[in-house]
Parts: sequence; C-alpha cells; structure tokens
Amino acid sequence: MFLRRALPYVLSLPALLVCIGILVPFFTAAYYSLQRYNLAMPGSREFVWFGQYLDLLSDPDFWVTVRVSATYAITTVGLELLLGLGIALLLHERTRFNNIVSIALLLPLMTAPAIASLMWKLMTNPNFGVLSWLIAQVGIHDFRWASAPGSAMFTVVLVDIWVYTPFMMVLLLAGLRSLPPQPFEAARLDGVAPHFVFFRITLPMLAPYIVTATLFRLLDSIQQFDIVYAMTQGGPGDSLMLFQVRAYLDFFQYTNVGTSAALMVVLWAITYLLSHVFIKQWLRLRERTHGNS
Amino acid sequence: MAIAKILRALALSLVLAFFLFPIVWILLMSFQTNEEILRLPPSTFFRPTLGNYIALISGHLETAAGELDITFLHNLWNSILLSTSSVALALLLGVPAAYAFARFRFRLGEDIAFTMLSFRFAPPLLVLLPLSLYFQDLGLNDTYLGLIWVYQLICLPLILWIVRGYFEDASPDIEYAYRIDGHSWWRAFTRIAVPLAGPGIAAAGLLSFIFAWNNFVFALILASADKQPVTVGALAFVTASGIQYGQIAAAIVLSILPTLALALYAQRWLVEGLSLGAVKG
Repeated sequence: MFLRRALPYVLSLPALLVCIGILVPFFTAAYYSLQRYNLAMPGSREFVWFGQYLDLLSDPDFWVTVRVSATYAITTVGLELLLGLGIALLLHERTRFNNIVSIALLLPLMTAPAIASLMWKLMTNPNFGVLSWLIAQVGIHDFRWASAPGSAMFTVVLVDIWVYTPFMMVLLLAGLRSLPPQPFEAARLDGVAPHFVFFRITLPMLAPYIVTATLFRLLDSIQQFDIVYAMTQGGPGDSLMLFQVRAYLDFFQYTNVGTSAALMVVLWAITYLLSHVFIKQWLRLRERTHGNS
Repeated sequence: MAIAKILRALALSLVLAFFLFPIVWILLMSFQTNEEILRLPPSTFFRPTLGNYIALISGHLETAAGELDITFLHNLWNSILLSTSSVALALLLGVPAAYAFARFRFRLGEDIAFTMLSFRFAPPLLVLLPLSLYFQDLGLNDTYLGLIWVYQLICLPLILWIVRGYFEDASPDIEYAYRIDGHSWWRAFTRIAVPLAGPGIAAAGLLSFIFAWNNFVFALILASADKQPVTVGALAFVTASGIQYGQIAAAIVLSILPTLALALYAQRWLVEGLSLGAVKG
C-alpha cells in the first residue's frame, strides 16, 4: 500500500531534481538583480533592493531594447502568421504534390537558427553574395543588409521569417485539415461565395489554432538571440539590441552581473505573463485534439 | 478556374523558391573553389570540387599565410556526443515521469509538469548566466557533463509532454489485466505501457535530438572551444582569418545535414512535437 502511494513520487523524482536544478539558478538570478554587482569590481558589491530596476526605467538604452524587441517580435510574428496562413490555405487539399511541398518547407525550420544566419550572411556578402548581386541587377546598389543600421532589422527579420514561417504553416495546416467538413459542404451546396466561407467559417473555426501558434511564436520571438547574435551581435550601434543580446553583452563584455540579471528578470516577467495566457489556450486545444483522437 | 489553378501553382513556386533557395545555394557553394565563388555574376555552372570537404575532414588548410589547423570535425563529434547523451538521459528521466503524470493524479506531478513547461518558455539566459558562475565553483565548467545536464532544459519538457499524451491516450485496462495475471508493476510498465507508447517515445526522442543539435546559446556560454558543437564552432569559423568561403559553406552543409535528414525521416511526428503535443498532425 505504501509502495503504491510512493510510486508516482519515485518515478517523477529525477524530473523533480532537474526542476530544482533549474529553480536554483533562477532564484540566484533574481537575487543578483537586487545587487550592484560587477565582476570586475568585487569590492563595490552591495545590496540595493530595487535600485537597478529603477535605474533601468530611467536608462534610455533600456527603452531602446524594449522598442527593438517589440518591433522584432511584432513584425516577425505578424508576417509569419500572414505568410503561414496563406501557404497553409494553398496546401489545404491532401494531394501527393501538396504533401511533398509541405515536407520540403520543413527544412528551414530544422536548420539551426544560428547556422541559418550564417547562410544568409554568405548570401548577403557585399563582395560575392548572390542576393547583393541580385538586387544590384534591379538597380539597388550599395544595399548593405545587416551591416547598415537602416536595413539591419529588415535583414534579421527576413532570416527569422525564413526559419519560422514553416512553423506557423505546419500548425495551421494541421488545424485546417482537422476541421469538420460538414459546414464547408453545406456552404458549397448553398453556393456561398468563397471569401464569405473564409471569413465566416474557416477563420472562426481555425481561431484556436491561430491563437496558439501566434502565442507560441511570440514567446520565442521576444527572446530571440541566436539569429541576431550570429548575424551582428546586436549591432550596428544598438539597432538590434534585443533583451537577451543586451543581457549577454552586459554580462560578458562589461561583467555587469547585476544589470544583466535585472534585464533578464524583466524579460522573464513579460514572458511569464504571455506564457500564462498561452498555457491556458494550449491546454484547451490539447484537450480537444486528444479528446477527438 | 484555370486562372485560379495557374495562380496557385505560381504562388507555390514562389514559396518553394524562397524557402529552398538558401539551402540549394549554400550546397552549390560548398562544391566551388574560392575563385568561382568570388566571380560575378554568380556561376551556376562549374566543375564541382570536393576540396572544401577534404580540407575540413583532414583538418589541414593550405593558405597564403601558411598551414592552418581546423577542428571542425571535432565540433561535429561534440554535437553528436552532446545531443545523443542528452536525449538518452532525458528519455531515462522523462519517460517514467511522463507515465506517473499520465496514470496517477497527484499534486506534485502537475507542479513538476507545469514548472518544466513554463521553463520551456523562460529566457534561457536567466538560468545560464548564474549557472556560468556556479559551474566554476562546482567544477562543471566546460565539461560535457555540465552541458548535458543543461541540455535537459530543451529535451525534458518535450519528452515529458509528448510522451505523457501518448500514455494518456492508451487505455490503462490492458495494464490492469496484465497486473491481475500476477505480473509486477514494473513488468506491466516495461512490457505493456512503454511498447504501446513506443511511437510517441521515438518521436519525442528524435525531436529533442534535433532541438539539442540546433541549440546555440547553451554551449556559447558554458563551453570552451574544444567542447563546442557545430552551431558555435561554425560561427567561430567565419571570424577566423584564412578560412575560405567554400569551406564555410561546406561546414554549414555538414552541420545541417543530420537534422534535415532526421526531420525528413520523422516528419510524420513533427507537428505534434513542435506544438508539444497540442496539435496532432
């Protein structure tokens, strides 16, 4: 009897230990964020409570990071949603050709984002990059892609779209194909116009999938690091200083543990709120698809 | 109707061109000599050379500045070692836990499951920065063991949540019948439950392998040059002087080939894995 009670705890104990292993550094980071703590100046380490957070609020660099991160997340996720939905609609029918296309589109998603950045870096090289050459053919000369402040955001957003649009596509396509066929047949028999079917039947029925996929991507995109770090390390200037990129540089370049930790706790708070909404939505969808199968 | 069909075909060709072009282009580049790469307009017709791959594999590079040693093959080996052992460990820890969460309703189970899930979405640097200081004290700094432990952050939530779904979908009645026959709990778990959830376990394992392989930031922060996987190694490669563009392209091809091949193999389960089991493909 005792063994039977203890069994689930015994089975999940190792996973619990890993959880604790993650929670310890998490609380350490929160603790660091309340201190003025620079590795280069151990003597001046002191506890300042929420002083660092107040400093952040009056620091223009912090607001640059907020603006750049928001721009990045909203642009990438918005464009990926539109493109992903469009492609999913094109591939809706289950034909052999469509299946091959949808599998081929998975390849960018399976490429490591940091490596994807390298690939685009080679293609946008000013001396021999095929994309630089191509846009020169259509009359745009001296477009400097990621190395000019004006076009750096455009370039990394392009790489993000290349990597993650397939994610939206796959999820929405699975959603589309799981919709019950009856409403669509009824609409066809009644001769309802296609755009009407799309806005009044497809879109509302697909909404839970759209919301889940968008929140999922938003959570990842606001924390983007790999693509931007591999492309420009946050430069030129601070045009691509996303949250995690700035925290990384604060920590390793300026050895400023305190500020870096405070910045990460702020990002964590944002993602925590978002993930709270997300997990609710995700559980509802999970319940539904598992109930059906 | 014919116009709609043509438009659809046109749209799909554009989509395919955009998403496949970079991979094809880098693949072509990896078979070109430096002179061919630098030639404008870019050449699609050329005599393919294996020189770039040979240089990477032999580890010796003849440059104008002299001989250069490259350790890319070692990075590749690190990637294989780190990803394989992380997935193995995550399966060992995750499958029993997933079973416990699916079969027993207990408070702690839900707490662990949701903590793991919420950390799937927390910023990795939040955990990594303090860890980089801890690891120095613990002697785990720059060890495979430390990295494999941190990689559980990627692998474990994936395995827990996907495999849990499979255990929940399988009816417990067969296990009960087997238990009534006088078999132990452990035998029911290994002989009935695990084989029934087999496809889910395989899918979760393959996917966490892909995600572990593609990870960049963990090793960037916690590993020195001789422990780095290809994702970090390839980046260092670009900034190193004397390396030729064709060799970078070849390194990229070798780095992405394993995951692309696995993805094609596992594509049936990809949708489920990507959405942590929320959407069935």
